[in-house]
Amino acid sequence: MAVRTQSQHGRIRTSSWLLRGASILLVFGLWEWAGTIPVSIAFPRFTDTMSAFVEMLADGTFASAYAETIGPLLVGILLTAVGGLVAGLVMGLSPRAEWLGLPLIIVLQASPSAAIVPLITFLYGIGFAAKVFAVVLLSAPVIVLNSYRGITNTPKSLLEMSDAFLAKRWQRIWKIVLPAGSGLIFAGLRLGLAQGFTGAVLAELLITPTGVGDLITFYRAGADYPYMFAAIFSIILFASVSLTLLQRLEQRIFRPEMRPV
Amino acid sequence: MTDTPRLSSHGAPGTTGFSQEPAIRVMNLTKEYPGGIRALEGISFDVPKGELTSVIGPSGCGKTTSLKIIAGLVEATSGEVVVNGTQVRGPGPERAFVFQEFALMPWATVLRNVAFGLELRGFGRKERESIAHEYIAKMNLTGFEDAYPHQLSGGMRQRVGLARAMAVDADILLMDEPFASVDEQIRRKFQEDLLRLLSEEKKSVLFVTHSIEEAVYVSDQIVILTRGPAQVSNVVRPGIDRTGDPQNIRRSSAYLDCVESIWVELRNYLEE
Amino acid sequence: MTLRGFRIPMVFSLVVWCAIWEIIGRLNLISLIPPFTDVVEALFEVIPSTDFIDATMITFQAFAIGMGLALVVGISVGILMGRIPAVGNLMGMWVNIFESSPLTAIVPALMAILGFGLPTMIVTVFLFSVWVIALDTQVGVERVNPSLIEMGRSFGASNRALFSKIVFFAALPELLAGIRLGLIRGLKGVIIGQLLIAVIGMGYLFELYSRNFLMPEFWALLIILFGFAYIASEAVAYFERKVAFYATSR
Ligand SMILES: Nc1ncnc2c1ncn2[C@@H]1O[C@H](COP(=O)(O)OP(=O)(O)OP(=O)(O)O)[C@@H](O)[C@H]1O
Ligand SMILES: [Mg+2]
Repeated sequence: MAVRTQSQHGRIRTSSWLLRGASILLVFGLWEWAGTIPVSIAFPRFTDTMSAFVEMLADGTFASAYAETIGPLLVGILLTAVGGLVAGLVMGLSPRAEWLGLPLIIVLQASPSAAIVPLITFLYGIGFAAKVFAVVLLSAPVIVLNSYRGITNTPKSLLEMSDAFLAKRWQRIWKIVLPAGSGLIFAGLRLGLAQGFTGAVLAELLITPTGVGDLITFYRAGADYPYMFAAIFSIILFASVSLTLLQRLEQRIFRPEMRPV
Repeated sequence: MTDTPRLSSHGAPGTTGFSQEPAIRVMNLTKEYPGGIRALEGISFDVPKGELTSVIGPSGCGKTTSLKIIAGLVEATSGEVVVNGTQVRGPGPERAFVFQEFALMPWATVLRNVAFGLELRGFGRKERESIAHEYIAKMNLTGFEDAYPHQLSGGMRQRVGLARAMAVDADILLMDEPFASVDEQIRRKFQEDLLRLLSEEKKSVLFVTHSIEEAVYVSDQIVILTRGPAQVSNVVRPGIDRTGDPQNIRRSSAYLDCVESIWVELRNYLEE
Repeated sequence: MTLRGFRIPMVFSLVVWCAIWEIIGRLNLISLIPPFTDVVEALFEVIPSTDFIDATMITFQAFAIGMGLALVVGISVGILMGRIPAVGNLMGMWVNIFESSPLTAIVPALMAILGFGLPTMIVTVFLFSVWVIALDTQVGVERVNPSLIEMGRSFGASNRALFSKIVFFAALPELLAGIRLGLIRGLKGVIIGQLLIAVIGMGYLFELYSRNFLMPEFWALLIILFGFAYIASEAVAYFERKVAFYATSR
């Protein structure tokens, strides 16, 4: 997956804004056309969706819904990011921890653990804690696994170099191991954020009727499809904006050479 | 050199006064890698203080391995290395390493890469950067302080590695094929630069190379290794007088004879 | 890890985790977690039941069709994006956005459009897995060393031969990684889809077991899914390891 981030950086640098604008126009145009036919009575036009979007933005529907979703998402992601990084470090540096932890993490990240979400109500009810748990449940495996991979992927030559120049243990971790692994670690955080978002929305759709997830349920029940699509649109928009910000943060802290010029 | 006091040259107390003591003494080193690959088969030689000693031998014979053992990066299977009278148990501040594959941090600028050894030793930013600037200038890298390694050519990257090793002001430099990735013209210029720098800074240097001409031209002493697992085949002192014009030195019969005799010796290991 | 000189393979640590599970279950710490042995017992009741067989059939059907479509579309789109810069520029942004967005949010819309049956599940699987397959294929194709292609041309390879003999193999490491991730995501997709639909397949079973508080059965079903996911992804990973030796030295 480091593979992907690398080429992503390159692509963002080379792709021209013009082509991007054309691509956006094309997709939204297709959407409008498909909604005009319409392909389904449940498929609204792009323009209708957008006016619903603006309306929900203006009357504070989004603000209050996101206020309920972002809190647990942020808490969950922060918990997992810190815990995942530590777990990844421990597994990357101690063979015993690796032996014990790695197979479990590999199984968990491959598995559809979303199925556990409905059980959360029995433990944490339908409040804040339940959502946090759903976020952690889905985001933890990929964050831990990628941190571990990042930390064990340090080029041997850089480790030797830091030895030769007498790096202390913490210097070696902070100045060599973490920057060298930052690509994979942050790829894990990005994937984890996407997964955590899935967890939060899933919890809102399945067990705690609040937040943006509930907007979707609510408008679907009322067959207000432009509003439902506007809510879905907002989720995808919000997710991609936060992922882009995360990528900027990574380049700022660890990989200045990858910053687009 | 510089007027800033710096960590360097911790020779064993009371031993530094004897100039006849070698900077490095390698005694009977053997190395067997896991998996049973034997790289070294009992090699011994001295690196005299203030001199340039080069190691030459067939590809894959164990040159990098012996250099890394001396640097304290790789453990020997048996034998020992004594540096300034003290047995080597790991890397130390009196030795600096120039890596064959550069080992630059891709996320750090040239300036930070050059200053990295000092950064690790806890020098403040101002101090280490002013020292780094000095060596960046000496290595003709001025103007590239803020470039990243991927923006540099192979030869420039190698010079960053050289500057980084110089900046920590160790009295022993261990260099693994430092000029391997530059073309012949620039290589000759680097050789001149290296000789000049060494005469200014009075360092002891152990220098791995593939090139017989380079070894003869820059060295006070040449250690010739056999095909792997390496043994010392011969130690020669070219004794070239380097006072004149470089072109004339390379045409002198002393130089040419020395190159020829080493070539004859190394050819044995190719033909087997 | 080694014990008295023996190297214990890593997978065996899962046995340790099962033991921990058993202890937690026996201590009755959490009502939701029955002892592992009870879960294993339940496994033998769940697997032969008609409910389970029906759920498996429909889940597998949705998964197989959706994955098949995602593989065909994802790989072709990825190749086009990798070989033709204009296509890459035009589609790259969308593929990147959807590859890492919470597509779960789309499932309710699919339910509204396609109903509560097989089509929704198939499309869910497809949407969950196609993006990562396309993206990794593209990366693989882009990374093919240009000198390899020039080599092929200089020996007179036709376009077709160039593709099937050089590009395909050179891109294989990333392609396989994409397929593995696609499989994992597709499986997650089919389960999430069924959980949201709640009236068919595994989603129905999970709903049934948790509503009636049949925890051993619930966890047994989960273990089956975990096992399937693990085996499927390890199967691809096996081939990935076979080509990994040249992934780093192209
Ligand atoms: N980490 C290692 N593990 C196992 N074998 C190794 C390792 N490093 C080197 N070797 C083996 O030891 C031998 C000597 O390697 P070394 O790198 O020291 O050679 P060299 O003389 O520096 O070669 P070159 O001139 O190509 O740089 C080789 O046969 C090599 O395959
Ligand atoms: Mg070497």
